[in-house]
This record gives sequence, structure tokens and C-alpha cells, in this order.
Amino acid sequence: MADMREPIESGCPDPWQYMHPMMRKNFGQWKYHDHPRPGVLLHVAYSGDKIWTVKAGTQRILDVFTLRKLCDIGDEFAEGYVHFTLRSNIEYMVTDEAKVQPLIDALEGAGFIVGGTQNSVAMISHTQGWLHCDIPGTDASGVVKSMMDELIDEFRNANMPNRVHITTSCCQINCGGQGDIAINVQHTKPPKINHDLVANVCERPSVVARCPVAAIRPAMVNGKPSLEVDERKCICCGACYPPCPPMQINDAEHSKLAIWVGGNHSNARGKPTFQKLVAAGIPNNPPRWPEATAIVKRILKAYKEGARDWERVNEWIERIGWPRFFEEVELPFTKYHIDTWRGARASFNSSSYIRF
Amino acid sequence: MAIEKHSTPMLDQLETGPWPSFISGIKRLRDEHPEPRINEMTNDLLGQLEHSYETRKGYWKGGTVSVFGYGGGIIPRFSEVGKAFPKSKEFHTLRVQPPAGNHYSTDMLRQLADSWEKWGSGLVTFHGQTGNIMFIGTDTQNTQHFFDEINEYGWDLGGAGPCVRTAMSCVGAARCEMSCTNELKAHRALVNNFVDDVHRPALPYKFKFKVSGCANDCQNAIERSDFAVLGTWRDDMKVDQAEVKNYIADKGRQYYIDNVITRCPTQALSLTDDNTLVVNNRDCVRCMHCLNVMPKALHPGDDKGVTILIGGKRTLKIGDLMGTVVVPFKKLETEEDYESMVELAETIIDFWAENGLEHERCGEMIERIGLANFLDGIGIEPDPNMLSHPRQSSYVRLDGWDEAAEAWFERQAEAGK
Repeated sequence: MADMREPIESGCPDPWQYMHPMMRKNFGQWKYHDHPRPGVLLHVAYSGDKIWTVKAGTQRILDVFTLRKLCDIGDEFAEGYVHFTLRSNIEYMVTDEAKVQPLIDALEGAGFIVGGTQNSVAMISHTQGWLHCDIPGTDASGVVKSMMDELIDEFRNANMPNRVHITTSCCQINCGGQGDIAINVQHTKPPKINHDLVANVCERPSVVARCPVAAIRPAMVNGKPSLEVDERKCICCGACYPPCPPMQINDAEHSKLAIWVGGNHSNARGKPTFQKLVAAGIPNNPPRWPEATAIVKRILKAYKEGARDWERVNEWIERIGWPRFFEEVELPFTKYHIDTWRGARASFNSSSYIRF
Repeated sequence: MAIEKHSTPMLDQLETGPWPSFISGIKRLRDEHPEPRINEMTNDLLGQLEHSYETRKGYWKGGTVSVFGYGGGIIPRFSEVGKAFPKSKEFHTLRVQPPAGNHYSTDMLRQLADSWEKWGSGLVTFHGQTGNIMFIGTDTQNTQHFFDEINEYGWDLGGAGPCVRTAMSCVGAARCEMSCTNELKAHRALVNNFVDDVHRPALPYKFKFKVSGCANDCQNAIERSDFAVLGTWRDDMKVDQAEVKNYIADKGRQYYIDNVITRCPTQALSLTDDNTLVVNNRDCVRCMHCLNVMPKALHPGDDKGVTILIGGKRTLKIGDLMGTVVVPFKKLETEEDYESMVELAETIIDFWAENGLEHERCGEMIERIGLANFLDGIGIEPDPNMLSHPRQSSYVRLDGWDEAAEAWFERQAEAGK
């Protein structure tokens, strides 16, 4: 390390230099938008300037060949500028309507999928999974690839009652976030402890502090300092595993998928909502996870048929009620659906509001 | 020299179907890239991933890797099965801060791609869930080389560990008629004030900023950030009655009664017999629904600003928390406005750094100490907009009531109310 250099602590770059010139020109001066077709948005400025946005889904984890292909398309059609969305879609902005269709053709021709606007099932936002995470119960990238293969028509055609955001998380810590439908790994057994390694690898007090239910305590096991888990208290969240890998939480058999619905981050029509558990015990079944996809498709079908225009999944369920939701999606209702966490009482029905 | 390719029968199945396959991309790096280092690294990556698919377990372990001068920003990954897959046994990710609003020129993307294939695996994600560009897969030595190279032409690491994290902002004023603030400026003002706290993790836990230009909250700021900035306005919504009539002519009166009038959460709308939309702006909570349905007819007012919510987060460790309104309305126009917002962020982070427990997010601290104590600690007076409703529990000492009531009336008088 002969020539170590001090970093330039420049922080977040100024986007002005990378912004499409038409967006720079009309910054803060947009009047309205339209949706000419799925995958395409038209924004009109007060000046009369127009800009068309073409949105495309990708494999998210891009190799440099794919990244350069996306750049080639941007150079040919979109004046060398692109924008990425929160859900890892790429957007191209064009100022000439005549370029819209050729751009779509070029994207589709190169294997990307145009869509994801307005009332579509948007690209599934996901976590790193087996490719890179240190605590993944499954491979989020693979689940998403398999699921998007099946939901591609819903991405391409914006014909849901409102937009649908799907997320995946490869453990209960839930980095994937809240979704209209969320597919998350749910560990179902307490960690298996390798007591020979704990003292050497783990900072025991910080592991104890991590446990959300105070189920972990220091202990001497076989004459060595280790940790023990009160298995009656343990909720199998796996939070102890990152600071203490000898507390193995992942299990080929007992790490299952669970499905949650009704997370909605928008304030439109109602305050933001968190997702609720609807299905669990779904096998973690690579490489295609067909059981999880089948349930997601049942939920989407019921929502599409039952919801009114503009209703998000949570609003549709609120209107028809949870009993009918479970009936329509043919999922069992169990004691595990009853919240046991702090504030659970707020989810109990203390009225005579019953649906028959 | 030809490499011995790992057999990947399970991953191969992820190359079927119409959606683009990340496996095909990794295979292209293995099979077609001119650099043997990349061929070998991605081959072993595929080998380990197939092994995960077979055994349904992950095999990456964390560790400590950072670049000279920084303490964080790298996600270190060491393989537990490195003996079988030696070329990818170190496979670290660099978190790099994107430009605010995620705007890129293709020239810049190509420059980043060139650097990354020189020093890394050739795999990159735009963007991870915290908003970083994720340059996935390099060894410890090349981590430094790659950072040095991109740092020279304008890129900096994001946060990892207990620190201020990379921020996110929506496309906002660059292309959205609903934008109520300069999202890009707010984003950069906030996060760039804390570059030291981004690069040298020393806080109780992570702290995230997110900026959305309106209540649609496309960045998911309320649910996913400790400090959420949402654009809003406080004068009257703008209504173009001619455009309202055009919408009704298109889809009919019934549609707009069912989808706009009755969907208003505060019943602030009515449609007159001659198809004029009447808005009771005192009741409007700026939820954005009616503007979303009729973007040509309805627009935010002119007196724009932001609402700031503190304490949103994901599950660990007391369950998901929404942010709580701490500043109901703040103008963001002058440099002083931005400075005072940054000062508020400093005050909050300082207070949390002193009072938060290890591994405790700001929202969890607020839950533990109480919102009133938090407000007291950061010097903000209580406001009814901070709550859904006032207290329900009668178990409370009220002997400071008279003073608090007096203070309220004084503040109201100062505000000219």
C-alpha cells in the first residue's frame, strides 16, 4: 500500500449534470401527465414542451454487457440520458413522439420488458438473497425472476384496479419493505447453536441486545462461554444470526415462505398502511418456487375481479372484509393470524361490525 | 485458457421464461468476457449459488473491509465454501451514492462500467433497497482500486453499518406535475451535510433520509426512513373547472362521483349540478387522490413546502414503525429554509446519538422515551397535527397543565392566530 490517497468526500452527486435537457429546461414547470399506452408516460409542461417516458423492466442485477446494451439504446433514442425508478426499472425520455415506438421495439427486441406504469403489477422490489446477503433464507432474485415470468402480462398491461407493488424479503427483518403483496421468508425453528464457536466469534452482549423478545441469555455450555435461547420465547426472527453466525437460523426444511398483503405507502385516499399476514408454511422451493407464485396469482385474480377502480389491495380488503378475503383466495384462517405483538389490541374488532 | 465450468442445472431453469434472467447475465460474464479474472470469478459465483439452491442455505459471511480513510460503505462478503469456489471467495459489494433522483447520462454509466470490469466482477444493481448503486463482487485489494478510480471522477461511497445512510429522492420536479418542492436540493442538502457520519459509522444504528415531492410518497419515505420529507401545500388546491368538465364529458358524471367525490377521505369535495367541482380547502388533507385521478384539472396550490416525519423503519427490532409528523409544514424556498431543515436533522441525530441505545433506531427511541420527551429534547413544541388523536389513558400527571396551556396561547398569539 505505497500510495494511499485521501478520499474525496463528495457525497451525493449533483444530478443536474446527468438530467435529460428537457427535464432541466422544464424543472418544476410540468403541467400534467397522460398515459398513452402501458409502459409509456407523457408529461406536458406549461411551456407546451412534451416528454415521453418509456419504462422497461430488467433483470435488476445487471452484467456490464447488459448495462452497455441499455446505454446503446439510450444513445440511439433518448439523447444519452436515463432515469432509474425505485423498483429498478430503467426509464428513457424522448422528446419526439415518433421515437416512442422504435424505442419500445428496440427494448423488447433486446429482451427487456416495456410496462410497469399506472395500474400494472410493477417490478417486484427485492433483496439480495443467496447471491450476496449474509442471512438469506432464500434467493430473492430467483423468486422474483420466476414470479415475473408468470406475471409478465400484468406488468405489460395496466389493467389492474390500481397499481400493485410486490416485494420480497429473504428473511423476517424485511429489507424488501411493505408491499400490496409481500413474499417473505419466515423461519419456523429457533437457531441451532454451535457452542464451540460462540465464544470466539460472537460479541455476546450485542447478540443478547439484538433479540427483540429477550429470549437469548449468556450461559456456560460444556465449560465454555456461550449463549442459550429460551425456545418458548423465541420468535425465530434470525436477528441473532448476523452478529453470531454460530446461531444458524437458516434451515433447508424449516425456513418457509409467508405471504403478506395490504402494505400501501401512499397517502392517497387513506393513510399509509402496513402489510398483514395471510399465508405461511409455503415451501422454500428453488429454482422456481411454484407454490408461492400460485398463491400470489390467486390473490391478484381475486383483487382484479373484485376491486373497484382506484382501490389498492388494502382498500379492497377493507371494503369486502377479511372473512371474505380468505374465502375468495381460498386460504385458511388460523390462530397465527391473530397479532400477538405490542399494540395487538388495536387490530381486534370491538364493534358489532360483522360480515355474513 | 478454457475454464472448467460448474454444472448449474437448477440455475439453468432460471434462464427459461420471458422475463430477463440475471443468471444469463452472469453466464455472459463467465463465457464471453475477455478478462479471465471475470470469467473465473463469475464461474465460481455460479457454482456457489447452485450449491445454495441445492442445499437451500446461504454461504456468505460478513467481515471488515473498508477503503483508506473511511470506516464503512463496503458490504464485506467472505465465502464459507471458498475452498470449493476459490475465485469468488471474496465477493464484496461497494455501496455508491447515486445522484439525487437517480438521473444518469449513458456516458457516465459507461465510465462506471469500464471501471467496474477493470476492478470487479462486472455485476451491478441500480439500485439496492437503501438507494445505493450496488457494485457487487470484488476482492479486498480491488475494492480500494475501484473506489480510488471512481472517487476521482465524482462518486462517493454510501453508508453501511450504524451511520447516516445513502438517501433517496423521487424524480420530482424534474418530470412530475405534482412536485411540491425541490426534492434534489433537499436530498443533497440533508445527506451531504453528514458525509462524515456516512463514512465513519458511530451512531446507535442506521439513519435514513428520503424525500418525496408529494403525499403519494413514491419513495416510501414515511415507512422506510428515519427522516421523511414530503412535499405539500397549505393554500387552496388549484382547480381548472373547464378541465373538470372535460373529464366528466369523457367518462361520465357517475364515474367521478364514485371515484373522486366519495373517495375523498375528509369529504372535502362536492360536484354541483352544472359539473363544477367545489373544494372545501379547510377540510382537505392533501392526500393527492383527486389530483391523481384528474391531473389536468387539479394542481397543488402555490404556497408549497414540506411535512417532516421522523422515525419510520422496518421490522427489527420492535416491529415496523411509520414516521411521525414532527414538522407539519415548513417552507423550503430560501437558503435559510434549507439550512434550518439541516439544523433540525443535526439536532435530531445529536439527540438520538446521545439517548439511543445500541442498535436502536430513532423511531424506537421515540417509542421508548415518548414523543413528548423527544419533542422536548429537540426543542419543538407540540402540535395537534402530530397525532391521530389526543391521549386516551387517564393515567398521567397533569400538574404542569396551566403552564403548558399558557405557552400554547402565547405561541398562538406570536403566530398571529
